[in-house]
Amino acid sequence: MTAKVDISFTLNGHLKKVSVPIDMSALTMLRDMLGMTGTKLACGEGECGACTILVDGVSLNSCLMYAAECDGRTVLTIEGLRTAAGLDPMQKAFVEKGAIQCGYCMPGMIMQAKYLADTKGKMTHEELQRGLEGNVCRCTGYKKVFDAVAAVVGVTE
Amino acid sequence: MSQVPKESAPLEGYAAPSTVEEALRLIADGDATILAGGTDLMLQTKPGGRLPYRRKLVNIRRISELRGVSEKDGRMSIGALTTITDIDNNDLLNTVTPVLPQTANCFASSQIRNAGTVGGNICNASPAGDMIVPLLVLDAEVELSAWTNGAVTTRLVSLDKFFTGPGRTIKQPNELLTRIVFARPDKKLFAGYIKSGPRPALEISTVSAALSAIRDNGKLSRVRIALGAVGPTVLRAVKAEAYLEGKTVTAQVAAEAARLAAEDASPIDDVRATAWYRRHLIQVYIKRLLENDSQG
Repeated sequence: MTAKVDISFTLNGHLKKVSVPIDMSALTMLRDMLGMTGTKLACGEGECGACTILVDGVSLNSCLMYAAECDGRTVLTIEGLRTAAGLDPMQKAFVEKGAIQCGYCMPGMIMQAKYLADTKGKMTHEELQRGLEGNVCRCTGYKKVFDAVAAVVGVTE
Repeated sequence: MSQVPKESAPLEGYAAPSTVEEALRLIADGDATILAGGTDLMLQTKPGGRLPYRRKLVNIRRISELRGVSEKDGRMSIGALTTITDIDNNDLLNTVTPVLPQTANCFASSQIRNAGTVGGNICNASPAGDMIVPLLVLDAEVELSAWTNGAVTTRLVSLDKFFTGPGRTIKQPNELLTRIVFARPDKKLFAGYIKSGPRPALEISTVSAALSAIRDNGKLSRVRIALGAVGPTVLRAVKAEAYLEGKTVTAQVAAEAARLAAEDASPIDDVRATAWYRRHLIQVYIKRLLENDSQG
């Protein structure tokens, strides 16, 4: 049997200590061990972005990340975006612009959008599209998603 | 990549060293699978995947000395753990050799660029490996490090000689690719890269091509052409390179170089394209690169 490794990390502001199989993905750990099912499994191979989380502020596909690699790091999932002050501005913008259809891709979309807002700030429409190129919506509701992100980050031109 | 065991044994151990020496000691027995960005490894090690795990997983991601770009005495050095995003955003590379940030910019997606490393992209040895193509036209070498007889030893290998087949390289199981090095390009050197595909990113290349040359009074010298996804490894189009040496680019010269480059390649029919279409694309790209229009 695959051996386990003990890790501890900050998840949405709380310290977590878990023992994970060495080959387990961060996504499986989040969903199946820690009950954080907001982060979605769709393609499972880094093509769709539904599993996007922020690790030390950087967006990653959690399906391709080893759970063990979370050790000592700060992980933010969709569940952690809402604070005592309410929804994150990016979440609010998605609600206000109606940027949702079936909803399955939204946690990943919002996490990637938050990464763009936190790291890039104001951008052109093309940069916005490129920034979300790793997130697939099979309902193809991209227009309202772009509108929502643009409302938060601001679009030039 | 040689001597990979046929069946995956259960992983018995995990380590996340923070220095190169520590990592090299851990892999000295040749029985470790190395984890960098993980974006290829996670998929290839799934049951039925092409890469069975060795006995332990050594996560090298915490080795900070292997991340970053530097220049010393006219030599450029890129640490193996430099991410694709780092390369995309690197000011020094943007000044010295913009072809590398350009290539990084159309590599997979934002999330994968944030995780994936240049060393991992090379060691994965995909015939379609994006970063390999422009590094070949810069005459890059890779530094392979090992722990032998109680000390760190290194050897430099031309990237051109590194690959032996799809997913296969000359790197031994006790070796770690630690750095990519190349001479700071001459000011007169131009280099371009084109990758196929209907969208800029998240595209496994159907064909990718890079070309670099020094252009002096219109004449080309030190011509290098690399082609991706048209053979068992990323390859150099040596006949086309030799033909272009000393030439001034005209429509006829470009057409002949394109024809020779297509001859240099050995593409196959697969799910992404036919061999015929790949040879066609090679010719289109070589002509475009010679016109110094690398906008794809």
